[in-house]
Amino acid sequence: MEELALHILDIAQNSIRAGARNIRVTVEEDAEADTITIVITDDGSGMGEETVKRLLDPFFTTRDTRSVGLGIPLFAQTAETCGGNVGIDSELGCGTTVTARFQLNHIDRPPIGDMAATVWALITLNPKVEFKYRHARDGAEFAVDTAEIKNFLGVRKLNSPRMARYLKEYLSDGEERLADG
Amino acid sequence: MKLEDLKKAVDGDRGVELEEGDARYTVAVAMGTCGVSAGAREILAALMDELAARDIVDVIVTQTGCMGMCDREPMFEVRAEGAEPVVYGDMTPEKTREVVAEHLAGGTPIEEYTV
Ligand SMILES: Nc1ncnc2c1ncn2[C@@H]1O[C@H](COP(=O)(O)OP(=O)(O)O)[C@@H](O)[C@H]1O
Ligand SMILES: [Mg+2]
Repeated sequence: MEELALHILDIAQNSIRAGARNIRVTVEEDAEADTITIVITDDGSGMGEETVKRLLDPFFTTRDTRSVGLGIPLFAQTAETCGGNVGIDSELGCGTTVTARFQLNHIDRPPIGDMAATVWALITLNPKVEFKYRHARDGAEFAVDTAEIKNFLGVRKLNSPRMARYLKEYLSDGEERLADG
Repeated sequence: MKLEDLKKAVDGDRGVELEEGDARYTVAVAMGTCGVSAGAREILAALMDELAARDIVDVIVTQTGCMGMCDREPMFEVRAEGAEPVVYGDMTPEKTREVVAEHLAGGTPIEEYTV
């Protein structure tokens, strides 16, 4: 994957497949600590200990990637090539938290990429899932809460083509303001 | 742009409360790892943008997983009541816009792009 944002889109698909009703995505850039921390939390079906262990075990993933999935091993591989790691905290019946750490200034680190497009795609494709998104960058932040937006607008879904257009602009604006500092 | 500005999106939007059962077509974009890395996000963007540009309000766009043809990603499927699903593969944003025009607006699938 060419962007961390695409990894995030892919990892959040696991949450959706696990039947999550609420998904939280956090991206934190900390120049001083030289880290990027990405956290994806869901209230989906969760995984047992064995599954988690196998997912993060390089032995299983290098031998036959297909049998244990591809998305998480790919994410872990990206993290490891730039001085970071991926951890999974999951409980059956409760949910899952995937945490990834990257060295901000590592030469092999893929760009964060288009987070506005990733969050937009998640919201547009999953009208019944509530997303809380937060992108923090050295003290400033951009945050989105779909439940709050729906409540404010008095609608139950945010997935009509027209809404998608406005939402895209809203998200891009927020990200741009954050990037401009 | 403020949250307040999103109100303009809702005003008179006939698509805002469309339910799955009432849609003329349902488009399912393949969002497996293979699809995402091949550009599914940009396909979705083209799809939604062209639907909005044509003011098409009776099509629902949703997602599906890997369709088992990873080398043909990005892919999406067009479903309509009482018809076989039409599966498009090797899509680009431009081809996607054509499918919106010919198939979703015009009612005729583009055979050449199907797999
Ligand atoms: N958030 C999650 N909740 C529940 N199960 C998960 C979650 N993330 C991953 N899994 C489990 O781990 C498997 C591997 O995930 P992944 O590496 O993304 O590959 P894939 O999605 O292609 O199966 C999934 O198929 C699923 O069984
Ligand atoms: Mg996956």
